[in-house]
Amino acid sequence: MDQEHDNNDLIEKPEKAEKPSVVAGDSKPADSVSTAPKPPQGMVERRDLRTGVNEAGFSRLSRRELLKVAPVLVLGAFAVPSLQEPLLRRGLGFSDWVSKQLFRRRHLAPTFRDYELTPFERFPINDYDVDDPGVIFENWTLTVSGAVQKPGEYRLAQIQALPRIRQNTRHVCVEGWDVIGRFGGTRLSDFLAMIGADTSARLVTVGCADDYYESLDMETALHPQTLLCYEMYDQPLTREHGAPLRLNVPTRIGYKQAKYLTDLKVTNVLDKIGYWEDQGYSSFYGL
Amino acid sequence: MSSTVVDIVRQAGEETEVLGRAVYEHPLVVRLCHWLNAIALFVMVGSGLQIFRAFPSFGSKIPQKDLLHWPKAFAIGGWLGGALQWHLTFMWIYIATGLVYLGYQLFSGNYRQVLFTHRDVSGVWPMVKHYFFFGPKPQQCEAYNPLQKHAYTTVIILGVLSVLTGFAVWKPVQFSWLAWMMGGFHWARLLHFLVMWAILAFVFGHLVMVLLHGWNNFVAMLTGWKKDPEY
Repeated sequence: MDQEHDNNDLIEKPEKAEKPSVVAGDSKPADSVSTAPKPPQGMVERRDLRTGVNEAGFSRLSRRELLKVAPVLVLGAFAVPSLQEPLLRRGLGFSDWVSKQLFRRRHLAPTFRDYELTPFERFPINDYDVDDPGVIFENWTLTVSGAVQKPGEYRLAQIQALPRIRQNTRHVCVEGWDVIGRFGGTRLSDFLAMIGADTSARLVTVGCADDYYESLDMETALHPQTLLCYEMYDQPLTREHGAPLRLNVPTRIGYKQAKYLTDLKVTNVLDKIGYWEDQGYSSFYGL
Repeated sequence: MSSTVVDIVRQAGEETEVLGRAVYEHPLVVRLCHWLNAIALFVMVGSGLQIFRAFPSFGSKIPQKDLLHWPKAFAIGGWLGGALQWHLTFMWIYIATGLVYLGYQLFSGNYRQVLFTHRDVSGVWPMVKHYFFFGPKPQQCEAYNPLQKHAYTTVIILGVLSVLTGFAVWKPVQFSWLAWMMGGFHWARLLHFLVMWAILAFVFGHLVMVLLHGWNNFVAMLTGWKKDPEY
């Protein structure tokens, strides 16, 4: 592989040659000469076996090798305004596809000891709009629709009647910060079983009291650590943290942990992915 | 592995005058990987710094104490989402060129040109003396002197580390073992940042050397051929 160059401009010196000779059939014979094998002055004796090339030939050789590197310029496409956006969307899409391949339903997110928890008052409150969309708890129900046997309105007590899971898991924000929180709730998979969801459907989407919306693929929705969360730090969710019900998905990035849930739908159709995703963030973003 | 060497000659009648020499130093695969990786690295650093701007700290979120304010003008992507698009796109180019390069070097044997080994150790100090303390120039008998080999070997290791720390930041759950080895997501993010600065330090030195006396080296990385090598 170290002889990438083509040999038109190079002439292996024939050992027996007595004079510089031109290779037969070379289309540009004038450029190519071999070193004299036994120069009268003996000045290139050491180089007897080396190939010779004249200056013009070397320039041409260099130019040709330079051209072979030209494919690098295809990356310039990313600098073209009309191409940039679709290219980056493809790139991000590829990353999401890889994320999906890497996701393993049985692989659990690391869990932590109680002493490793971030204190509750230092658990950040992130909203896109308001801290408290003013949910009236007495009237609150989760509206279930889509590919389920038992659609309708579900009260919090019905969700809380399912087995309660408590887990200390890491919450990672797309901004880069992370905290370890204690979350309690029911497995989304248990709830999906209760409502008779068609788990061969591709997606579970949720809507929120503040118009936020999110979606999870079914694999993630059925993950044993994916919770319909109604507790943090063993206390009922506070309004700022998404009362009365939020998602806790430790296998996904922070913006997937939708708060103030009002709607849940099992579906194959996705017209909107999620509030941040639809503005250009990764649509899968599995951790 | 011996490089291909040619004499650049001028022929006048029966006489052949040798004007100079040229060595084929960089196979096409290496040159392609070098430039693609250089562009990818540029984008990764620029977009990485824009991502860093979203939370310019390695401490807690509450309270948040910023480490530094990186100017937006020296970042790529414009906003966090945009920067992530660049970062998560060019990382594949960065990784692919790195893998192709490593694979090629290993299987072709060309790695001997750059790999710093125990034989190079003794040559480091004379080179340092030459560069920084006006010492005599040590005789060079191969493409890279011991200090260059040290720098290139180090930066290749840093490149691998940048990918490993990056994966720990991107997938702290699926690659939880990787994040665990680095002390968790939090530390992996800090290491990812530090590795970037180490690579930037190399790039700075690399560019300075190219500017000072690297024209032939620069051309060689484009055409493969190095004119009038010192060895």
